Amino acid sequence: MKSSLKNMVVVLFSITLIASLCVGLVNKITFEPIEKAKAENIQKALKNVLPEFDASEEKAMTVDELPVIVHTAKQGEQVVGYAVETMTTKGFSGVFRLMVGFRASGEVYNINVLEHSETPGLGSKMGDEGNSLLVSFKDKNPANMKQPLAVVKDGGDVQALTAATISSRAYVDAVVRAYNAVQQIKGGANVATGATSNSTKWSEGEPAAEQATAEEAAETVNEETQKGEDNE
Amino acid sequence: MNKLQLITKGILKENPTFVLILGMCPTLATTTSAINGMGMGAATMAVLIMSNIVISLIKNLIPDKVRIPAFIVVIASFVTVIQLLMQAYLPSLYQSLGIFIPLIVVNCIILGRAEAFASKNNALDSALDGLGIGLGFTLSLTLIGAVRELLGSGAIFGQSLIAGDGMLVFVLAPGGFLVLGYLMVLFNKLTAKKK
Repeated sequence: MKSSLKNMVVVLFSITLIASLCVGLVNKITFEPIEKAKAENIQKALKNVLPEFDASEEKAMTVDELPVIVHTAKQGEQVVGYAVETMTTKGFSGVFRLMVGFRASGEVYNINVLEHSETPGLGSKMGDEGNSLLVSFKDKNPANMKQPLAVVKDGGDVQALTAATISSRAYVDAVVRAYNAVQQIKGGANVATGATSNSTKWSEGEPAAEQATAEEAAETVNEETQKGEDNE
Repeated sequence: MNKLQLITKGILKENPTFVLILGMCPTLATTTSAINGMGMGAATMAVLIMSNIVISLIKNLIPDKVRIPAFIVVIASFVTVIQLLMQAYLPSLYQSLGIFIPLIVVNCIILGRAEAFASKNNALDSALDGLGIGLGFTLSLTLIGAVRELLGSGAIFGQSLIAGDGMLVFVLAPGGFLVLGYLMVLFNKLTAKKK
């Protein structure tokens, strides 16, 4: 068709109008199902990382400048565990998010990778069943592990993924952040019930937080120099 | 050209990856495993067929000078619609393919076919052309993905065949270029003999 200013303007305007109407309509139809699917996903991840529970409440907070969401899972009135949607910005390809489940006593129950963009075949293995990172944390209380929490290469006792040291360090960073978030919640909850247990809980949490910052500082220094030798 | 040829030419004579060499960016980015390659191919095929049909239907209404922006708007709308529908009704598929969907908008195969075929042919032929090119793209991506997965992590479609870590370089970008280059040589060698 021959182009004139008038028909170009009219046609392009009508095409964009129709297209945006269609997209808007589909968005309206799919809005609710998408929200539902997202909520189901979170529930599925919660079931995966927590022991049996029948209700959960969530609380958003900020730990070390990054947002985390703590789901407190209850069976009746009894708290059975905490699931933390945690994240780290130290991944090999930037941000990734984990869901870390803790028993009420503080041991790691299970860890799920929610979202990541690490290198397939290397860092992506952190999402696999029974990978070395998950095994290192599973059923252990981070406070009882070799301090500061770090991969073997940095003097800790977390088994890193082969050829994915940076991803592994970031994973540790995310788990530490999750653990500190739970300590904050526990601290808050304990104030209401009794001050004695509160202080011991806090002394458990405090060193971990300090070590986390020390570890982070060490990491930033190491990262530059080691990026060359590590594959990841 | 009969209808069957419209489909087969996309797989062999005008294979988008190995012969036309279109859409290299998503090709290299998504073929880290066979299943990823197949997913990207299938999603592209769906968009390609639909955008080809619509563009062929509206081709006579669009003034020449604004055809490219008009095509882009059509393609981008389809991609968005597919993304929303998948997210709503097939969340598990969306989880594995979701990251590739926005990449389809910038895939030059789709714009290329809209310009070279759909804007000159009727709706049925354009749909078949989309199907053929889409199949060719899917098959090539699956093949590249399978080779990279096999060499890089000793597995195919997630099934581990060889114990150990494999040659990791093939999963990373440089290996992608190597595999793509050698498969291209092989493909053209084989199809050249047939002529």
